[in-house]
Amino acid sequence: MEYLSLFVKSIFVDNMIFAYFLGMCSFLAVSKNVKTAAGLGVAVIAVLLITLPVNYLLNTYVLAPDALIEGVDLSFLSFIVFIAVIAAIVQIVEMLVEKFSPELYSALGIFLPLIAVNCAILGGSLFMQQKDFLNIGEATVYALGSGFGWFLAIVSLAAIREKMSYSNVPAALKGLGITFITVGLMGIAFMTFMGISL
Amino acid sequence: MDAKLKETILNPIFKGNPITVLVLGICSSLAVTVTLKGALVMALSVIVVCGISSLILSLLRNTIPGRVRIIVQLVVVAMMVILVDQVLKSFEATYAIDKQLSVYIGLIITNCIVMGRIEAFALGNKPWPSFLDGVANGAGYGLILIIVAFFRELLGSGTLFGIDILNRFGYVPNNLVILPPFALILLGCIVWVQRSIQKDLQEK
Repeated sequence: MEYLSLFVKSIFVDNMIFAYFLGMCSFLAVSKNVKTAAGLGVAVIAVLLITLPVNYLLNTYVLAPDALIEGVDLSFLSFIVFIAVIAAIVQIVEMLVEKFSPELYSALGIFLPLIAVNCAILGGSLFMQQKDFLNIGEATVYALGSGFGWFLAIVSLAAIREKMSYSNVPAALKGLGITFITVGLMGIAFMTFMGISL
Repeated sequence: MDAKLKETILNPIFKGNPITVLVLGICSSLAVTVTLKGALVMALSVIVVCGISSLILSLLRNTIPGRVRIIVQLVVVAMMVILVDQVLKSFEATYAIDKQLSVYIGLIITNCIVMGRIEAFALGNKPWPSFLDGVANGAGYGLILIIVAFFRELLGSGTLFGIDILNRFGYVPNNLVILPPFALILLGCIVWVQRSIQKDLQEK
């Protein structure tokens, strides 16, 4: 039950996009049509699901105070360790996908390397550090939930933008401006989940 | 100062603003704009990180093999961010702001402005112009941050830098402005204003 409530909470209440604005750059750039948006969303879920548990283990057994050597606090190194882990894992995933599934590789194309600098991935690890999860199971569920929330957000924005291409938007608002405002309104809609406690 | 250098400095601040034109670095720009103080600290941190990491990577540009350049960039940027974070944590005045900005200081590492300018400019130019380019892009980012924070703090809390401005006239703070989605709507309006002035930026 604990896991289920954490999962639902990380999708809706703590949604990466609408509550924390993480991964906004690729969210805005790659949401012009639903198919590519879904591809990027799946890639984000996969990378979060691998990097977050690894970073959780590193954080608990190496970086936390007194974890590695008694009396040594390595937590100031966490930024560089997390980003190195993320960059390395993205590189490995890219090579594996290229080797074993060339179709998927060409479908994801440039998105995979871009994910290394997606704020949502690093943000997931930094939030994990702040939230003090009890065990690796919770960290994994949190990764799955927040990845899924990101996927949901980008697919729904892409769907709205596809429809919006038929509407009559003021010239200066076209493209970027109206997208910002749409995301803002979607964010207000997502705020309804805020008061829910599970 | 020659014209090209001047262009390097002035372009990112208005005409090629990293947030409203290049759409880089939106992630952190919205969450830190509830108060002007937080926005100012964030803007200064990004200016420092962006300027100095552009300088370092421009100095290294001929020795980095192309295949591993992303990792090298990330390591340099992460090192700068750790320095900034430790400096903020070590002063009493800025410690509270560092707590308030929470993960967003760490997220400067993946701020697309820093990486984007290194990829697009620092790796192909001499150190001095690269440093200026980094600083100017940080400043362009900071400018938007401060505009957004100005409106959000003024309308959301009725204060500026924590000093009461509107409340004494019986203003009731608007809680919607403090909620994160309003930052996006405000940013949309800034884009609207800018593109009405500069017609060549409008999308078809």
